[in-house]
Amino acid sequence: MYDVAVIGAGVVGSLTARALTRYQLSVAVLERAEDVAMGTSKANSAIVHAGFDAPEGSNKALFNVRGNAMMEETAHELGVPFQRNGSMVLAFGPEDEEKIQELYERGQKNGVPGLCILTGDQARETEPALSPDVTAALLAPTGGIVCPYELTIAACGNAMDNGAALLTGFEVTGAERTAEGWRLSARDGRTLDARFVVNAAGLYADQVAALMGDESLHIHPRRGEYLLLDRKEGRTVSHTLFQTPSVMGKGVLVTPTVDGNLLLGPTSVDLADKEDLSSTAEGLAQVAKLASRSVPSVALRSVITSFAGLRACEDGHDFVLRAENHALHLAGIESPGLSAAPALAEEAVRLLGEMGCPLTPNPDFQPVRPHSPVFRRMDNAARAALIQQDPRYGRVVCRCETVTEGEIVAAIHQNPPARDVDGIKRRTRSGMGRCQGGFCGPQVVEILARELGIPMEQVTKMGGGSRMLAGPLGETEEEKA
Amino acid sequence: MKRNLTCIVCPMGCQLEVELEDGKVTRVTGNTCKRGEAYGIAECTAPTRTLTTTVRVSGGTQPLVSVKTAAPIPKELLFDAMKVLRKLTVAAPVALGQVVMEDLCGTGIGVVAGKEVSAR
Amino acid sequence: MKELDLVIIGGGPAGLAAAVSAYDAGVRSLLILDREQQAGGILEQCIHNGFGLHRFGEELTGPEYAARYIDEVKKREIPVQLETMVLDLQPLPDGSKLVTAVSSGGMLELKAKAVILAMGCRERSRGALNIPGTRPAGIYTAGAAQKFVNIKGYLPGRRVVILGSGDIGLIMARRMTLEGAKVEAVCELMPYSGGLNRNIVQCLEDFGIPLLLSHTIVEIHGKERVTGVTIAQVDENRRPIPETRQEIPCDTVLLSCGLIPENELTTAAGIPLDPVTSGAVVDQYRQTGCPGVFACGNVLHVHDLVDYVSEEAALAGESAAAWLRGESLSGESVSLIPKDGVRYLVPQQLRLPLKDDLRLYFRVGAIYDKATVEVRCGEKLIFSRKRPRLVPGEMESLVLKKSLLEGLDGPLTVGLSLEGESK
Repeated sequence: MYDVAVIGAGVVGSLTARALTRYQLSVAVLERAEDVAMGTSKANSAIVHAGFDAPEGSNKALFNVRGNAMMEETAHELGVPFQRNGSMVLAFGPEDEEKIQELYERGQKNGVPGLCILTGDQARETEPALSPDVTAALLAPTGGIVCPYELTIAACGNAMDNGAALLTGFEVTGAERTAEGWRLSARDGRTLDARFVVNAAGLYADQVAALMGDESLHIHPRRGEYLLLDRKEGRTVSHTLFQTPSVMGKGVLVTPTVDGNLLLGPTSVDLADKEDLSSTAEGLAQVAKLASRSVPSVALRSVITSFAGLRACEDGHDFVLRAENHALHLAGIESPGLSAAPALAEEAVRLLGEMGCPLTPNPDFQPVRPHSPVFRRMDNAARAALIQQDPRYGRVVCRCETVTEGEIVAAIHQNPPARDVDGIKRRTRSGMGRCQGGFCGPQVVEILARELGIPMEQVTKMGGGSRMLAGPLGETEEEKA
Repeated sequence: MKRNLTCIVCPMGCQLEVELEDGKVTRVTGNTCKRGEAYGIAECTAPTRTLTTTVRVSGGTQPLVSVKTAAPIPKELLFDAMKVLRKLTVAAPVALGQVVMEDLCGTGIGVVAGKEVSAR
Repeated sequence: MKELDLVIIGGGPAGLAAAVSAYDAGVRSLLILDREQQAGGILEQCIHNGFGLHRFGEELTGPEYAARYIDEVKKREIPVQLETMVLDLQPLPDGSKLVTAVSSGGMLELKAKAVILAMGCRERSRGALNIPGTRPAGIYTAGAAQKFVNIKGYLPGRRVVILGSGDIGLIMARRMTLEGAKVEAVCELMPYSGGLNRNIVQCLEDFGIPLLLSHTIVEIHGKERVTGVTIAQVDENRRPIPETRQEIPCDTVLLSCGLIPENELTTAAGIPLDPVTSGAVVDQYRQTGCPGVFACGNVLHVHDLVDYVSEEAALAGESAAAWLRGESLSGESVSLIPKDGVRYLVPQQLRLPLKDDLRLYFRVGAIYDKATVEVRCGEKLIFSRKRPRLVPGEMESLVLKKSLLEGLDGPLTVGLSLEGESK
């Protein structure tokens, strides 16, 4: 019997689990996929919004502004890079200018610090790559960037280091109210008892809530497609550049990422299928075209990959935080969910406390996640010392992102452990660079097989049936038959 | 009978037309040089290919060694040869040029190692 | 910090040949750095034959060709430091270069008077090609698949569609077929193949694998592993024609869509690149914009025959040796400018006066029959030569006698004049 079961190891679930380990509680994180950060937290804009978008008084506004203020400390404790690079909303003419004035006023009401409106020329002075068509810009100095899956992995890892259990491949398909709390059952037959349940199931939060008797939620996926550019383009701009939302659409952003790439996107298309992560020719073309509107010189030749992410849109278009019957539903956490996540986690703990979950501080809680070495971020003296300790840090596996064998092995053995090629990629950036795993792929498969003690052909890209290889050379299928 | 081929002797890639009677080449057209004619005749009477593949190595620093047939073998034997070579394992160390099989599929043609693999 | 006359970055065919020729020209303080466990570069996984016809007059496999140069390096006792990755290259104020590298032995800082860049190239990835669809397992560059099969001994998949008819893709079509996989088709965006004729015949036609020209993959399907692709024919502007869409079930997609020189170190050192070759701008000595830094092989421009890589590398090695001896490699600079069908030229610059005859390498942008290659200085025709056929997939070269280039008074242009029609 666990005190709390958190369903969903996305950024909200992971940060909530971590927040719960600050108290003397036994916590289990249940994740349907075989790794953490496999839903919305895997593929989004990687933006920590300032908080001027959402209407005053909404949960989005409240938790965004609060989460933004908390992000610095949270990221620092977890050893995750976070940059307050500031954001701009670009206006292309009088209509847009009216709109950014509105956003400015809304931001003031929401308590966003430091907002100001720049003329086009002032904006270009800070961002020389901006289009000459930009007539004004709303500057939000508190806007920031963070890597969403790195934050999620670190949060879940820190929760595990503080005693939380992670159960992957645990897709909750049944929930039964027991005398003390809930009995959750998984598709594979496993069951788990918990006094309290936090539903942070992202796109599936409505279905999980329904299993627990609350059928009032309805979530649909909204797909966003992105283009990621080579690190050599990462300094094209320094701020996160939004376009003014208008009747023509929300526009796309152009932003540096904490890893030094340039990210363009997203599109915004409502779908029915919660699994449809395919990108489309039209969508990618639209991203390219709209991004060029903000930054005409954007080097589309330097695209290294494209991807699509799904946002969990609830019909009410606001975050839902509903505590009832030993369950806490955190649903509809679409944008600015990443920004709000630290504050949502804090609020989740408070709401669980209100429901009777005992909150006795855990004196052993370690907020700081032990920082496993990141070769590319170290200076040469520190690198030399590390290699002397462990020569595996001297063997570069991923040449594009300078990732060493030591880091890959560490990712397999630390919390939450990497089990597949994509898991290694998200934890170490091996395969994330300009060759996209062309060179390091075979070696990563080999290291995974060796460290996990499995044959090469059982190594997967992302769990399940995503095997990397058909099998060793030898008998063909015909010869076997 | 007529067969159309792309000549591979040089980058020109001439489209050859080879006329055959009772398995014998009577005429090659479309070629722009003598070598093209010879290619057309060989390709239509007794096509051969050098097979390159890998064979397993036991006790080596690498799991495989690259090999090739010492001379071109009849084209129709490629798959039979692969079947045989897939079952072959050679013990390390393997020297460059070492004959790993004397006679491949009764052709009298050997298979030689294309690189060195030292023992573990 | 260790000081050396010459550091060669990369121990593939280019680096090995450059080292041998630099040594033979008198350089004794030199070192080859390579990131792999063995020297030879990508040749180690190219187990097919056909290498060395120009250089050695016989057909060798990749490892055999590499072994010849590794032998030469060993004979001369030229040190090769393996499993060492160069992280940075910086010119120092005194004219030498700082090479920072890492290996399991630790960090390595070398001060070199001269450097030869021989880092090779990488393959264009799915991301760079922007192919829409899902992102399942089973999408590999042809080279990654080649490494799995020929070095690791694993078959990446059993039912394959290949995008791009570059040579590695063609070679892998045959290799995987021989190992029991079914290659459904090779799709080529262009109306012609970028691969060698011989590979089209021996790797595709021999096995009945269709080569679909003017076709591309418009969508990849599959959630966990690839389950299929949708392909379509493209129009003359290379846009897919919707009515021609068809789905091919497969579990693997191999990409053979071009190679990109790996010039991150070059860029870090502030050395100018040619936007067409994606390699450094060099003169006839293969000297880059940074004095004492030379480049050769696929890091300079993508070659299709390793024989030419060796030849170019030997030139870079000799030049580095001359530079180290204090010979002047500078002089008045004249640009070489590609035009009329010629996509690029290497070298891009000439230093006058020429010491030797000049060999120019170039590639054309389309298939040309009965074209005349013309070298001009302004309007003045300096040299011309008829070629029965020029194709983008094959690198061309021509030699200009030193005497022809005396008294040049402006940039040289190299272009095609057509008698027949281009296809």
